[in-house]
Amino acid sequence: MLDGRGAVRRRAGVRLWLSAIWLGLLVLAALLAPWIAPKDPLAQDLFLGRLPPFWVAGHEPGYLLGTDSLGRDVLSRILYGARIALVVALVAGTVTCVLGAALGLMAGYLRGWVDVLISRFIDIWMAFPPVLFSILLIAVIGPGLGSIILAIVIIDWTRFARVVRAEAMAQGAMDYVASARVAGRGRIGIMLREILPNVLPTIVVLLTLEMGIAVIVEAILSFVNLSISTDDPTWGGMIAEGRASVHQAWWVLMFPLITLFLTVLSFSQLGEGLKDRFDPVLR
Amino acid sequence: MSYLVIDRLTVRLRGGGPLLRAVSLQVAPGEVRGLVGESGAGKSMIGRAVLGILPQAAEVVSGRIMLDGVDLLALPPGERRRRVGATCALIPQDPLTALNPSRRIGPQITDRLVDIMGWDRARAEARARELLAEVQIPDPDRVMRCYPHELSGGMRQRILIASAFAAEPKLIVADEPTTALDVTVQKQILKLIKEMQVRHGTALLFVSHDLGVVSKVCQSLSVLYAGMVLEEASVADFFRAPKHPYAAALLAATPKYTDPTAGLIPVPEAVLVATRAEVAEADRRAEHG
Repeated sequence: MLDGRGAVRRRAGVRLWLSAIWLGLLVLAALLAPWIAPKDPLAQDLFLGRLPPFWVAGHEPGYLLGTDSLGRDVLSRILYGARIALVVALVAGTVTCVLGAALGLMAGYLRGWVDVLISRFIDIWMAFPPVLFSILLIAVIGPGLGSIILAIVIIDWTRFARVVRAEAMAQGAMDYVASARVAGRGRIGIMLREILPNVLPTIVVLLTLEMGIAVIVEAILSFVNLSISTDDPTWGGMIAEGRASVHQAWWVLMFPLITLFLTVLSFSQLGEGLKDRFDPVLR
Repeated sequence: MSYLVIDRLTVRLRGGGPLLRAVSLQVAPGEVRGLVGESGAGKSMIGRAVLGILPQAAEVVSGRIMLDGVDLLALPPGERRRRVGATCALIPQDPLTALNPSRRIGPQITDRLVDIMGWDRARAEARARELLAEVQIPDPDRVMRCYPHELSGGMRQRILIASAFAAEPKLIVADEPTTALDVTVQKQILKLIKEMQVRHGTALLFVSHDLGVVSKVCQSLSVLYAGMVLEEASVADFFRAPKHPYAAALLAATPKYTDPTAGLIPVPEAVLVATRAEVAEADRRAEHG
């Protein structure tokens, strides 16, 4: 396949498509949850507790993936859970990325005291145990969606700052930056228009990884009951509840776990795929 | 009246030794001045100091850099950047890293015209096309839409030359512009730089370690060792009779292609020792006023 300049264009890999399709389905599920969910995710019915999924004997029609011990529909809860998972992934991932990348870019290009300040701060920050730190944070400011996002941003910005700093430093030593400086471009202009585009492929990979990590962190915090209020269905919360009855009703644990696994995997594969596609040197 | 006057410029490594030791030199409008010396002699540092792109680790300690009668080192950074951007340009050493890999060629040439000179985009693009044609690039329209990795090293160096001449600068610093190219391309590029320089009447600070190249391109030269100017002469005088023993040894060390049996001649140890003593003596004098 050739593009407009007569250059060979690489085909997007299978994994890029598979992960994009899975994430697309999740977005649809999150947006359309009230219309496509077969049941009310909060409706309890103790007479219908621990119903198995549709291919196992003893299932009830209408409960495709079975019910949990309180009789709530697992499929509906997974669909609603996608909402929180995706909001956390998008918002926490993006905020972390912008904050960390901006600090990393400044440290890596400006160097000098800015770099010393930011780098030492990163070193100190990374010495805190992250899970303990986030649990402590949420215990102090109280659980809720905003708290989870804040916890993720506070823990993970260093990952971006570190990597982007190193890349910006390497790019800053290139002659094209010197040329841009001679051509009268200021520091901010050089950072945004010369260096940032070359660091972008790395940032994209980190961003998608971070979205996966955000989903995991949200699940971990739900697991220790520090996420959203326990009524709202979250994948982590479902896994935590399913753990208690895993011997009697494995599906309560397994389905949210598989969803979580595929989502995190898709995010990281999407990043790799996008990097191959948008890196002008690899392209 | 010289266009560029460098007066006793001293540059040192932050918290380290000197890189340039009270370097003085002058470049007249339209003059091509060669800066020669072995690697580490500080040739590139002079050009970088003029353009305000010294590496982070280096700092100007003392001296003046007068560009068209204005001391650049006394200007506030923004003002200096605008002045240098409007009147000077750089032809860098390595064409492979001197173009931004993730931007198309066109905007990389027109940036300066739009940002510093205040041209509108259409006019800047027309000018870029004209310049690319002038440096003998076929199909400038297509090349302007290309990314750097789609072009050869020679093509990229031509683009960098076109880009350097875009804003009709008064002074261009050419930092070993042909070192990264293979010999056949080297010759074409040198010829091109010389032609462009003559046609546009631009002064050129030509950094090179190759005396053969300098003899073809430059009118005058400064020989550097350990950040100190040892000899300043017109090219004709220098190649007839170099005065400083180190400069003479450097000239004698230039390989002669006419005699393939002759080996490489290094600069004699005695000359190096004497030259280093001279540098140390200059340092002592500078320290004690």
